[in-house]
Amino acid sequence: MSKPRSIRRGQALAGWTFVSPTLVVLGLFLVVPVLMALWVSFTDWNGRGSPFAPGIGFVGADNYRELVGEQGGLTRSDFMTSLRNNFFYVLLVVPLQTAFALFLALVLNQRMLRAVGFFRTAFYFPSVVSSVAISLVFLFLFSGGGVINSMLDAIGVDGPTWFNDSRGLLHLVGDGLGLWNASDPPGALADNGVLGLTWWQWLAGPSVALSVIIMLVIWTTAGTFMLMFLAALQDLPLEVEEAARIDGAGSWGVFRNVTLPHLKPTMLLVTTLGLIGTWQVFDQVYVMTQGGPGKSTLTPAYLSYSYAFDNQKWGIAAAMAFVLFLIIFAMTSLQRFLFRDKDAIATKRAEKRSKRDRARVTAGGAA
Amino acid sequence: MSSSTHAKPMVRNRTALWLFLAYAVLLFFAFVYLYPFLVQVTTSVKTNTDAVANPLSLVPDPFSTGAYNELAEKDFPLWFRNSVIVTVLVTAGRVFLCSLAGYALARIKFRGRGAVFTALLAVMAVPGVILLIPKFLVLNYLGIYNHWPALVLPLLVDAAGVFIMKQFFETIPESVEEAARIDGASTFRIFWSVVLPMARPALILLTILSFQGSWNELPHFLVASQDPDLFTLTKGVGTLTSGQLGSGKQYPISMAAALLMTIPVALVFLFFQKYLVRGGTAGAEKG
Repeated sequence: MSKPRSIRRGQALAGWTFVSPTLVVLGLFLVVPVLMALWVSFTDWNGRGSPFAPGIGFVGADNYRELVGEQGGLTRSDFMTSLRNNFFYVLLVVPLQTAFALFLALVLNQRMLRAVGFFRTAFYFPSVVSSVAISLVFLFLFSGGGVINSMLDAIGVDGPTWFNDSRGLLHLVGDGLGLWNASDPPGALADNGVLGLTWWQWLAGPSVALSVIIMLVIWTTAGTFMLMFLAALQDLPLEVEEAARIDGAGSWGVFRNVTLPHLKPTMLLVTTLGLIGTWQVFDQVYVMTQGGPGKSTLTPAYLSYSYAFDNQKWGIAAAMAFVLFLIIFAMTSLQRFLFRDKDAIATKRAEKRSKRDRARVTAGGAA
Repeated sequence: MSSSTHAKPMVRNRTALWLFLAYAVLLFFAFVYLYPFLVQVTTSVKTNTDAVANPLSLVPDPFSTGAYNELAEKDFPLWFRNSVIVTVLVTAGRVFLCSLAGYALARIKFRGRGAVFTALLAVMAVPGVILLIPKFLVLNYLGIYNHWPALVLPLLVDAAGVFIMKQFFETIPESVEEAARIDGASTFRIFWSVVLPMARPALILLTILSFQGSWNELPHFLVASQDPDLFTLTKGVGTLTSGQLGSGKQYPISMAAALLMTIPVALVFLFFQKYLVRGGTAGAEKG
């Protein structure tokens, strides 16, 4: 009788011993830090001494108010600029990298194709290389008289000085279409604004410099997502496609009605990972631009780092990190909601209804 | 009858056309993906004047190892050594600790197992970049900022790694352990000598992911120390552009540095590719 109990106790001891190093490390370097930063985000700590020392001023929600409120001044306009930049960055990177990865996977998934391994390796390779190394290579490729501009030159295009160009793409496009003059913006947009930026600033789009980082990231991460799509495509039985074809569906019809629905879970995974990753862009900004030119590549992650380590404004920096966390959380929740399986919900509802009906029928029969 | 004989060559032509298009697209993108690395290799053995004057040329004129010599004279060897030390320690620690925890969560029945697993999932949902400042706060508070433990300890466990190992251990039939348990082996003994050897594919995957992750890590090292003696490759080379080596615009030097730091991961990648391609998606699912 006592033996099973001792075994159970031994198992409990072993279980907790096995997980304890993991719990200690994650607790000490993840949970405790978050709690500490939450405290710091409500103080005016300047980075010297302990943030729990008696002299540290508790400022309530002042740091958060600086980020969004009138009194924020430069801090608020910096933060809003970084949010704007990151927003346009996400808006371009997530759809483009998803579409590009899916495209590569679909092409690689053709039957009868040879050398698939070579192409797959080539496309995936940048994903394993350090972002620092890749950033350095792109700094050279896109430098003023660098590789890209020489290529553009060969086809008669005068390339921009990529990393010194803070002009927004939307401003440039509107200018090109004759909607406005970028050097003399329409007063209605330039004289009014919200949250510390004018409408004209809000609608700048990604700058030319930021677009280099956008291209770099799409180029780097598409390979990983391509592998995920490839794995999912290989799970799709050939017979299903063939059956659809026999039923008279064309290539486009098969893709739309068979392949795409099959890829939906992968699509959800890829876009979720994309959203989480793109709101955290940091390495490339740190190595390539440090937020410039003209703050046009500033992102919340980099701004928060720089406020803390360069300007010793730890409370505000911590507050920025938490706002960023909320943004990522909200974005991924919204995206999960949009992607929610409507069929599954409908089936569940139908099941519930039929159960209720059945219950009513049996109840009626009994009466 | 006649229509089907007519249709056949047409279908064949169409397939051939599709295949041709597919190759054209793939070759174009293979160029887009490989050319930057070719430029990197050739520029690293150019002189700076040549690199700036002929960026497109893949033939160095003259051939020069100047960039490598300069790197060897600067702190580069120190950064490389530091990166090796950190990567080896982190990889060994992660593989061991993640397997331990993964095994406990998959196989050992103990009170609180569900809670531990839920906590782990919650931890995985915390985006890494927002931890930069929090991590500095704790490292500073513990007094290990600017010391070796600050570089290594916080990276020792990776929740996603625990997850990968747990999933793998769940696929091993329980009967294997039963026999050992009846023989009176301890839980650790069973884990170490019976189960772990069977988990080779997962261990290799975890080793590659940990190696690659810690070798390429940048933000953590930025906030863990500022002592130049503790710079790793990513941190040292990452500051090249802001001119720490006085080489902001010395392209051959930055290309050589980027190339040298790429070689170790490239080798691991090429040798263990099949594990990575199969399991890479598992590792990426931590989001």
